[in-house]
Order: sequence, then C-alpha cells, then structure tokens
Amino acid sequence: MNIGVFVCHCGSNIAGTVDTEAVAKAALEYREVVFATDAMYACSEPGQAGIVEAIGTYALDGVVVASCTPRMHEATFRRTLERAGLNRYMFEMANIREHVSWVGKDKAANTRKAAELVHMAVEKLRRNERLQAGEFDIAKRVMVIGGGVAGIQAALDCADGGLEVVLVEREPSIGGKMSKLDKTFPTVDCSSCILGPKMVDVAQHPNITLYALSEVDSVDGFVGNFNVTVRRKAAYVDWDACTGCGECAAKCPSKKTPDRFNEFIGLTTAINIPFPQAIPKKASINANACIKLTKGKCGACAKVCPTGAIRFDQKDELVTEKVGAIIAATGYDLFDFTKYGEYGGGRYPDVITAMQYERLLSASGPTEGHIRRPSDGAEPRDIVFIQCVGSRDKSIGRPYCTGFCCMYTAKQTILTKDHMPDSQSYVFYMDIRSPGKNYDEFTRRAMEEYGAKYIRGRVSAIQPKNGRYLVKGADTLLGRQVEIEADLVVLAVGAEAARGAGELAEKLRISYDPYGFFLEGHPKLKPVETNTAGVYLAGSCQGPKDIPSSVAQGGAAAAKALSLLSKDKLASDPQVSGVKLARCIGCGKCESVCPFGAIEMIEFRGMPKASIIETVCQGCGVCTAACPQGAAQLRHFTDNQILAEVNALCL
Amino acid sequence: MSVTEGKELRIIGFLCNWCSYAGADTAGVGRFAQPTDLRIVRLPCTGRINPLFIVRAFMNGADGVLVSGCHPRDCHYSEGNFYARRRLETLKALLPVIGVDPGRFEYTWVSASEGQRWRSVVASFTEQVHALGSMPRFMSGTSLDLCLRPAVQPRVF
Repeated sequence: MNIGVFVCHCGSNIAGTVDTEAVAKAALEYREVVFATDAMYACSEPGQAGIVEAIGTYALDGVVVASCTPRMHEATFRRTLERAGLNRYMFEMANIREHVSWVGKDKAANTRKAAELVHMAVEKLRRNERLQAGEFDIAKRVMVIGGGVAGIQAALDCADGGLEVVLVEREPSIGGKMSKLDKTFPTVDCSSCILGPKMVDVAQHPNITLYALSEVDSVDGFVGNFNVTVRRKAAYVDWDACTGCGECAAKCPSKKTPDRFNEFIGLTTAINIPFPQAIPKKASINANACIKLTKGKCGACAKVCPTGAIRFDQKDELVTEKVGAIIAATGYDLFDFTKYGEYGGGRYPDVITAMQYERLLSASGPTEGHIRRPSDGAEPRDIVFIQCVGSRDKSIGRPYCTGFCCMYTAKQTILTKDHMPDSQSYVFYMDIRSPGKNYDEFTRRAMEEYGAKYIRGRVSAIQPKNGRYLVKGADTLLGRQVEIEADLVVLAVGAEAARGAGELAEKLRISYDPYGFFLEGHPKLKPVETNTAGVYLAGSCQGPKDIPSSVAQGGAAAAKALSLLSKDKLASDPQVSGVKLARCIGCGKCESVCPFGAIEMIEFRGMPKASIIETVCQGCGVCTAACPQGAAQLRHFTDNQILAEVNALCL
Repeated sequence: MSVTEGKELRIIGFLCNWCSYAGADTAGVGRFAQPTDLRIVRLPCTGRINPLFIVRAFMNGADGVLVSGCHPRDCHYSEGNFYARRRLETLKALLPVIGVDPGRFEYTWVSASEGQRWRSVVASFTEQVHALGSMPRFMSGTSLDLCLRPAVQPRVF
C-alpha cells in the first residue's frame, strides 16, 4: 500500500505550537508511507488540489491528513479522495489541532504527540478496507415536537414543501410561550394577532396531523425511518365530538382550579379551553381538580354537552408514527425565582414574574387587560422591574444571558405607560443588551419617550411596608444606595431548559449542555443539526431565543428536513458490523446485546449463524466486543485496526 | 520519537466519537491547556471496547489507560455505555490479578459540551499515573504472559 501523509499548518493554529515539517519528516519513516508533506491549509482548494495531485503522482492508495478534528473535515477529505478516484474509506485523520496544538504549550512535546497520532492513523489506514455505501428507503414524513412558534413555523414550512407532518404538543393547545404574550417587541404588535393565523393554518393544513396534549413516549429507528410512539394523554373529552362551544366550562362547579395558561394568576374551571384562540379549540379536564374524577360525583359537563363528548373513562392512548426526520422545538421554561430570598422567595403576592405581568396586560388575561395587583386588585402606580433574575448568576448555576429579557422589560414599561399614564416604571438592570434590528432604539424609547427610570444596579432586598413594598438596591453609576416604594415588583425571569428536556434528549439520542439545552452539531456551521442524523433543532430548546430567531430557526430546521427527505433513498453508512460465517459459532450473544435489533439468527448449512441487517445496524460495535470468536467485526473499527493503533503507541 | 522522551508517560485514551471525543474537541476549541501525555483512539462507542484492548495496552507498556464515553442514559446508541460500564468494572477487578495497579486505569463520562470537565479529567488522571511512575514491563515468557498473550493477538481470518 502506498500511503501519503499531509500535515496541515492551519495557518498558525497548528504550526504555531507544532513543528509540522518535523511531523511530515517523521511520517516518512512509518511503514508504507511513500509521500509526506506539510500544507498551509489542507482543506482549502489548493490544499485539496495538492492531495489529488499527490495521489496521481505517487500512486497513493490511502491518505492520512493530520489537521483538525475528523468531526470537522473528515467528510471534506473523503470527497477529495473520491475526486482522485480512491475509495472514500481509504482515509484517516490525525487530530493535531483540537487534541494537540490548542491544548499543549510545549512545542517539542506537541510535535512528538502529533507524530505519534500520525503513526496511529497510518497503522489503522494500513488495515482499512474499501467500503461501499448501500441505499435504503425512507419515510417522507417529519415529526415536529413542540408547537410553539418555532415548531409551528417548522411544521408549516415542511407541510408547504409537501411533507406529511406530525406535530406533537404537550399542552392542550399549540402556541407556546408566544400565545401568552400580550404584545411583542420592538414593534409592539399584538402577539396573538400575528401568531393566531399561523395556528389556524396548522389546524387547516391538509399535510399536518396535530396531536395536542401528547408527549413523545419513545423513539426508535434511525434517520429516514424513525418510529416514534406518542402518548396521547386523556383529555376526558372525545375531541372528535367536541365543538369547542364552551358550555361545559360555563357549567363546571369546580371554579377554583389553578390556571396554568394564565401563569396561575386567576382561576379557571376544571374543564376548560385554555384560551379563546386555542388550537385545537377543544375542552379538556384537569383530572386533579375535577369533582367527578376525584370524588366520583358531579358530571355537570356531561349533562350540558350538546354533543355528548365527555368521556370520564378515557385513558392515555399510544400511537406510533413512522417518520424520516424529527424536529425538536420544545422551547424553554421560566426560571423559578423563589430561589432568591432577597426577592421574597415567593412570599409576597405582588412580586410577580414578567410572564404573569404579561397575562395582566393581555386583554384575554384574567383581568381583561387592566393592570391589577394580585393581592388586593388595586391599580399600581409605582412599578419596579428587576432584570437578570435567573440570568448571568453563577451562584445559582445560571451563568448565561437569556438575551431577550432586556427587550421584554423595555416593552413592558412602554405598555405600562400606555395602560396607566400616571404610572412610573423603575428598572434595575446590569447591562442593557439589545443587539438586534431596531432593538436599541426601542430601549431608548422606553427611557426617553415613556420615562422609565433605568437604574444600573442590583436589588438587595424587598420588604413589605404599609401595603406597599420597599425595594432596596444600589445605583452603581451614582455610587449610592436607592430605596423605592413600589406597588408592584415585576421580575424579568430568565429562560431555562424546558421541563423534561433531558429525558427527551435521551430518547432522541442527542446531547445537551450542562443547563439542559440541546446541543447543536456545530456552534456555527451546524446550528440546527444535531449529532444524530435526521434530528434537527428549532427555537429555544437549543438556547434562549427571541421570536424572530425562533421563527428563523424553525424555517431553517424545516429546510434541513426537506432537503434530507427530498431524496427517495438515503445512502447507508457502510461502517457497520459484519459476521464472518466461518468463525461464527451461533451463540447468539451479539443478537442479545444489539441495541437496534439489527442482528438475526439464520441457518447456514444446518448451523445457526448470526447475520447483520445492514440497513438497521448503526455501527456502535457492541456486538464486536461481545463476540467471543471475533466473528462479528465492526467495519472500519475492527479489532485489528484498533489494536494496530494501540501497538503503534506502545511497541 | 518516543513519548517517554522528556518526562511524559504513555497514556492511551479510548473515547467514543459522540460525547467524549467531541468533549475533547470542545476543550481544544476552548484552548483548555492539558498535559500532553495522552494519545486518543477514536471509537464509535465505549460499547465497542473489548477490555482486552486495555490489557493489550498494558502488556505492551502503556502506563495508563483512560476510557471515556457518554453519560449513562445519554448514549448515542442508547445503551452501549451500559455494556461498557459492566465490562470495565469487571476489568478493574481483574487488573490487580494480572499485576497492574488499578490506579493506572480509569473510566469516566464526559459529554460533548463538557470541555472544562475533560481538561480536569485529563489533568487529574495524568497526575495519578505520574504518581505511579512508569509501568513495570510484563515479564515475557512468564505463565501470566503466556496465558494472556494469545487472547490479545490480532486475529487472522
């Protein structure tokens, strides 16, 4: 075998702390290496041309590139090999940037390490086989998990592109956080007026199947052929029969049910339709509050329902959907501010979250758009807004900036002034972060036109005083303490990962960061992909986002799903397991450990043997490690290849 | 050029592609400086690891072996790291029997986002191995060597 080695400088990224020329020289000593050189940027057009040329000149059968992580450019160089007429699997990468030059300070040690990584790659490459990709059929359907604005956009774009879409929403209605907002920044247009039509489009689109009040129970399969089991939770109402007339809610005697949609400001009935624009507009029963379901008596709703849709005996139902791609758009939850003792820890009724304030501002909220204190229903005059509650605070494990709170606080001060011209808003802030089109102008307007007083500093305590609240804080610009008497305190709570995000990530086999937000494939170049093929991200599940970014990402995820499913067949990865029949003793260990059911036992000349279903195998190699005979071998990661790498290091 | 030139020891890392290898990349992107002793072998999954790879590494003179994969329940292949955990626990119990200090072997879970954690894992494991010094050579021709060597030979098909 003729092997060529190319050691990349990556500008000064590698060459700065690794003697690339010495690495190339050392590589010439390794077995079967006939050509070695260093290159400024191996991935660039001239760099790739150099590789193609060397393959021709030196009749190379295999190539090692020592550069960045294979997770970055393995695919790039494999294509280069194909252009030069080689099999794409006759290629190995030595990661001398992320694992060497960027983490080691000592140039001599780095150079030695780089040379050894190249040696390992060469020894592995010597045992590589020419693998050929196969093809498999795919389901041209996509599942969108989460019906907030990002999920709605993704679902509509996929459906318009001709894909069948299954939209799964945990709550009784789609709409997400945006449906709870009164107005949106920086245009102050009505949230439900711009979201409502999109929600209706979802309900009416012939390509969209909507499962509201449903959660993903389990996911198996792989790109092109996922089988997702959805748990349709019992609504205790037959939604096929329910017309959404609302008679049931009007007659329900259990009128003191906590109102989830209104962020627990105000009360609702046990059977209800969460809000007037709900999609689907169907009633559902809160089983914890329903008198019939808890005590066995009542049934008032069943008596008045004109279509007889009430089903007290309804059970959760499992449905399985086969889809080719999955878009996770599960959004975020709000930080629980009761962790902060200085803001009362939840003891003071008039210290509320910004989302609760949003419901007070909303015409469809519990106060019909009149701002009223939760404690006594009085109209507040002095309102203090506190920013960065659960953002940028290491002490509570939330070091990140949520990003949109500065903007929504500015919006709320403007709306406050609109609602109550005599009111005065005070904003305690750390920094104003308003990068976005017309965003900074908007915050300036809040201060200059609407007279919101911005105080740079933190609040140290909130104390009740004569039915009002004494807010004590610091003004760090003037260098003095401030005390403000307020009627209402609104906390700009930050975003945190949605409840259950980690469990969903585990079902989808995607990664998540320490805060529970899903991890994108690459922070810059793969912002909506994940490391699991066929699973995409949209909206705040990937990190806190405002509405325009969520919509943009929803569209981007849809474009990725559409391009994936635009083909009739997908190429299968040939890096899968294979069984040498001559060595297989038919013990069945591989079959029992395979996480994918990709191994079946067959009979071959009267003997039991294992056989790999190549389109199902995902290439984990668990069977290879389990096989007592070494008969099952994961291609491209065979025992011999891995041992060759170990030997290159140790012998 | 041998690793032992200077003061380095031979430490081999077996890392799964999806979490820990990416975590090591994240550490690189973050420029989190680490000791340079470690050499990483990239595998699809920790479930791919045959414990005999690790025995082989020690027999051939590795001073330390580090395995790292996805956190339990976060495996890209659903359950590969559970198999790994069982196999590696068994191996841990075996190592003293074959004369390898168990401190030379460690397995851990590092996710793709945990660059900082990867740095501290590498730093503390390297320190631990340095405290033990270089690995005494396996005596070739001893009964132990004769027992183990065939098990870790490359297979011929």
